Amino acid sequence: MLSDHTVSILIFAGIDVIMALSFYLPASAGQLSAGQGGFMALGAYTAAYLTVQYGVPFPIALAAGGMIGGLVGLAVGFPALRLRGLYLVLVTFGFGEMVRVLFLNAPAFGGPGGFAGIPPATTVWHVLGLLIVLVYFFTRLSGSRMGRAFAALRDDEAAAEAMGVNSTYVKLAAFTAGGVIAGLGGALYAHYTLFIDPEAFGVGRSLFVMLYAVFGGLASFWGAVVGASILSVLPELLRWVKDWREIFYGVLVLVMMLVRPQGLLDPALLARLSLRGERVAARG
Amino acid sequence: MSASLLAVDGLTRTFGSLVVLSKLDLTVEAGQIHAIIGPNGAGKTTFFNLVTGALAADSGHISFDGRQIDGLPAYRRTALGICRTFQNIRLFGSMTVLDNVLLGLHCRTHGGLLFPLLGVPFRPAKAEALARERAHEILELVGLALRARQAAIELPYGEQRRLEIARALASAPKLLLLDEPSAGMNTQETLELEVLIEQVNRRGVTILLIEHKMSLVMKLSRTVTVLNFGQKIAEGPPALVQRDPRVVEAYLGTE
Repeated sequence: MLSDHTVSILIFAGIDVIMALSFYLPASAGQLSAGQGGFMALGAYTAAYLTVQYGVPFPIALAAGGMIGGLVGLAVGFPALRLRGLYLVLVTFGFGEMVRVLFLNAPAFGGPGGFAGIPPATTVWHVLGLLIVLVYFFTRLSGSRMGRAFAALRDDEAAAEAMGVNSTYVKLAAFTAGGVIAGLGGALYAHYTLFIDPEAFGVGRSLFVMLYAVFGGLASFWGAVVGASILSVLPELLRWVKDWREIFYGVLVLVMMLVRPQGLLDPALLARLSLRGERVAARG
Repeated sequence: MSASLLAVDGLTRTFGSLVVLSKLDLTVEAGQIHAIIGPNGAGKTTFFNLVTGALAADSGHISFDGRQIDGLPAYRRTALGICRTFQNIRLFGSMTVLDNVLLGLHCRTHGGLLFPLLGVPFRPAKAEALARERAHEILELVGLALRARQAAIELPYGEQRRLEIARALASAPKLLLLDEPSAGMNTQETLELEVLIEQVNRRGVTILLIEHKMSLVMKLSRTVTVLNFGQKIAEGPPALVQRDPRVVEAYLGTE
């Protein structure tokens, strides 16, 4: 069996992948969010509050976390409709900070002292199960009507509108779905760490989530999966350098972004991989 | 006389103090190929932007297919049957040729964000299969069937223009607005374009054409409208318009 240590690495890496996918979804429609930590906080606190205060069964609390993430994602989507690029990044960043400060000042949720006594519920299977559903969803999305609308909106919004895409609807859908995924990630996180405080979901979290997806490459959702997996496990692999660990981590990320600014999985590499897959399939 | 498909009444648009389009009245009859010509800056592309909803008019009315469409967003007008191509090609660069056409089918197909989770696993949904079939037919029509899986931006220039037409056709337009479709094309490509436009028109699509190549305008269009400084200075069959002294003046200047 897996050791507790390995299980914890897997669970945290899995949650990081879920979070990176929550960033990737709106990003694939051209909507860059620097506030995914905020949605994660909402999911985490909602689910934890339900299980602790009301003894709600974990699956229901998990769904509630995702739902609140989605509702707030929809609400954030509206002001975001008028904004693009850097301005959108700033507004979503502001949203993330707002959520953090909100929980900091909410005694019912433990305030700065954090929220403790959450029952252990998240297992590696929950995380893996959600990941499988997400990977299935994203594989099917890329060849679907909405997936194409996302890509079109990212490439050229005015042309997409002229071709019949309701950009308002598509953007709101992207933000909502990103919020749902981040909310689920937060709920899973809370029921594994068993203690949450607002600082766990601050700017740092949002930026790392963004880094995972960008590091892996935004050309495909696999980029978010691969990027988050590598960067999440990397600190474990760097234990041997001891005190230099964070510097090593930073330098590795820096070098990688200099060598491959388009991310690990760029369109050319994806095309090669999918061609090889087809050749294998043709042979078999 | 056939019924009018597009009727524009007193359409005006300014950018700051510059009047780009001034009280334009224009009627496009169903089934026609109607050309709009005029010197650079005459307001032709602005007119297209107003009809498709990319820009809002300052005043005036547009009715399409017997229905007032002022204030409708661009995507709603596409759903009603107005679609366009762009003067400066605007294909979706990260997408394949086929996906560009499939995107054009957006307003004729259904399926929201949860759609990918429904249906039989590992098999494309029925709606998607139908859409692909339709997209292939359209690619066949414009002669790009063999290019389907290539990236759109890898196509040579002339084929990118044809792909723009294919993408617009996918939305099943009643009125197709072509903004200088022959720009940058060589003679051979222009001839092929001419055949394509006629083919599309014969399928019942009314065509509004902005074009600088007079040979194309002369051969294709039944009616020509000439714009200069945002105003209509002449209108009629191409042969007559060509001889109109005001048109000659607009293009060549007076002595």
